[in-house]
Amino acid sequence: MATFWFVILSVMIVAYAVLDGFDLGVGAIHLAVARNDTERRTALNAIGPVWDANEVWLLGVGVGALLAFPRAFAVGFSGFYLPLMIVLWLLMGRGIALEFRHHIVDPMWQGAWDVVFSVSSLLLALLYGVAVGNIVTGVPIDEHGWFQGLFAWMLNPYALLMGLFSLALLVLHGAHYLSVKTDGALQERAYRVAGQFLGLVTALAVVLTLATFGLRPELLANYRSQPVWLIVPLLAAWCVVAMFRAHTRHRHDTAFLASAGLIASLLVATAIGAYPYLLRSHPFPERSLTIANSAASLGGLVTATYWLVPGVILILVYQIVVYRAFAGKTSLDTSAHY
Amino acid sequence: MSDTVIADRIQFTFTVMFHYLFPILTMGLAPLIVVLRTLHLRRGEERYAAAARFWTRIFALNFAVGVISGIPMEFQFGTNWAQFSAFAGGIIGQTLGLEGVFSFFLESTFLGILLFGERRVSPRLYWWSTVLVAAGAWLSGLFITATNAWMQHPVGYRLAADGTVQMASLAALLGNPFLWWQYLHVMNGAVLSAAVVMASLGAYYLLAGRHIEFGRLSVALGVGVGAFFALTQLFPTGDMNSHNVTTYQPVKLAAMEGLFQTRYGAPIAIIGMPSTTEHRLLDPVLVPDALSYLAYGNFRAEVKGLNDYPEAEWPLVQLTYYAYHIMVGLGTVLIAALLLGVFLWWRGVLFTSRWFLWVLLVLLPFPYIANEAGWVVTEVGRQPWLVYGLLRTVAGVSPTVEAGETIFTVLGFAGMYVLLGVLAVFLAIMIVLRGPDEHPAAAH
Repeated sequence: MATFWFVILSVMIVAYAVLDGFDLGVGAIHLAVARNDTERRTALNAIGPVWDANEVWLLGVGVGALLAFPRAFAVGFSGFYLPLMIVLWLLMGRGIALEFRHHIVDPMWQGAWDVVFSVSSLLLALLYGVAVGNIVTGVPIDEHGWFQGLFAWMLNPYALLMGLFSLALLVLHGAHYLSVKTDGALQERAYRVAGQFLGLVTALAVVLTLATFGLRPELLANYRSQPVWLIVPLLAAWCVVAMFRAHTRHRHDTAFLASAGLIASLLVATAIGAYPYLLRSHPFPERSLTIANSAASLGGLVTATYWLVPGVILILVYQIVVYRAFAGKTSLDTSAHY
Repeated sequence: MSDTVIADRIQFTFTVMFHYLFPILTMGLAPLIVVLRTLHLRRGEERYAAAARFWTRIFALNFAVGVISGIPMEFQFGTNWAQFSAFAGGIIGQTLGLEGVFSFFLESTFLGILLFGERRVSPRLYWWSTVLVAAGAWLSGLFITATNAWMQHPVGYRLAADGTVQMASLAALLGNPFLWWQYLHVMNGAVLSAAVVMASLGAYYLLAGRHIEFGRLSVALGVGVGAFFALTQLFPTGDMNSHNVTTYQPVKLAAMEGLFQTRYGAPIAIIGMPSTTEHRLLDPVLVPDALSYLAYGNFRAEVKGLNDYPEAEWPLVQLTYYAYHIMVGLGTVLIAALLLGVFLWWRGVLFTSRWFLWVLLVLLPFPYIANEAGWVVTEVGRQPWLVYGLLRTVAGVSPTVEAGETIFTVLGFAGMYVLLGVLAVFLAIMIVLRGPDEHPAAAH
């Protein structure tokens, strides 16, 4: 059960990264690729109908952790206090910018919210990577089982590099999304950004993989004991190849699916390396939080599974309904809310 | 109480009270939009669609700020109340998880169609989208109230060997006797608020002499729905909710009523000043025996006063008392005003009684204040407990988060929320000034 919920949490993290990931990516490149009001509105309406529900996966991750691994939730969230608050404020900025921009037709008003939207999206993409980096390398849990996230150690070179990688990857993913949903000059520019970032993302992926296993060789343990899991990093490599090919052939849908697959397989590969650890402690690894020492009761987890499974099926159904309703290129007709 | 606890409490209180302003309208307005869309589908009159579109614009703005200010609430369980999360996560994670999975996804997904899809989907699917957004909002209210109800009256749990509480029965959790009247009272309050907002804005249009037909529709719907829900807010939902408080939280009852001395035939204080130094109500205007009757159905029943409990078990009496009296006072004003509105409608003069339209306009903030005051009663009145009888508030905070860090983030939130609040009100006023069928993007 604890393992099953580890998997569920990983799936929710992947869903968040793949879905809100393109929202953040679109935001990060917004000012660069959308050069006039029509293009700006097109980009915003491309993510408009879906960004809010995409963001809910983040809440799912939080609440899933609270439900299944309350101790890890408590230690992790309180330890990363200031970074999480900054993430919160950036999420607030992103969401507010999206809704407020369209209320007044004025270049200063709209321009200001475009900047808020773009900068907050970019910083979020960066900070999420920094967070992943710190979780992978471990946090200094004290003798009482808690830790304090201090900027001194949280902004270490590895975590910052992971942040840059996260930003680059989400920029690529967002560019792919815009290539699918738009046409004309906007699509052209998005396509070119994708081209520029393909190489960078691949290079950073390789560097970070080496850095990760170099810094924390214990993350290879699960791969060593069960080499079948190597299929996941291989899948990541395949997605990289698929992206390059799709780019050359101007197959935007495929490129988007490939970057989605890359994000998913990299996160799953990380989860496999981490299992059964939720929050590694470094130094003093014996203080690490694992699924064993953090899990809620078996009865609770079983009950939650009974409502979660139909719940997720329902979510998939609604999401399919909405993505299908908005399939095709984004148009600025009168029901384009932004 | 340490600085850390005070700072954590201030932050949660401030962020949740700001946040809650928006779900009130989301939960209350969503069903009213369903009514308008249903009328449009049934009767085919364009004015219903135009009205629905206007209220949906208000709804969209309101929903966005609600979402944005809501995410910090979930995060705060972990950031500032980590010991509470570690202690009770196995239980509150379930109710909050149900909220995330069944309501947040539902309302967010179909909101996409509501805001962006009128031209892209069939009228039937569009109508269903309004229904599902309303359903999502009401489910959200249910699960968050279930979380709070468990904190007020813990059920369905067992104490585990590691000192945490774990879930014994989800059925017991959702069947919590405290839950259902609390939920109905909360939702009733939301619908009442939306009705008053509708009546107030409609009154503005009639007074300004613009969009007369829309103004009449809004005033009629607002006053009619409002009068009904103002009454049901008092009885049965308010009354039954208080019965639960009487049964399960007698100290809270005593505090909210300002009853210090245990009495057979306890009075209700219309006004009065509770003094925790003198242990009595100063300068009161009392209705004899009324509290005994309301609490137990018997004018001579014994109602326990604060003096029968150790002071360490007392909540902040004055705040609980005044918040309660503000809530009831405003509720009474709303009942009187809205019943008067129904009377004027019956006499055929509602839309032309300018003095009364001004009353409706002025009423707009009252349901908001009453809703918030009610939550202050229930949360402050629960102190010193975080989970009633199981975990004290002081024991729920995050051990490694310094008071200074929290003060910094409180100031950050305060700054953002002041800006956000001002902008939201400003933009709402702009929507109102433009009126139905006037939207800037329509010019494109």
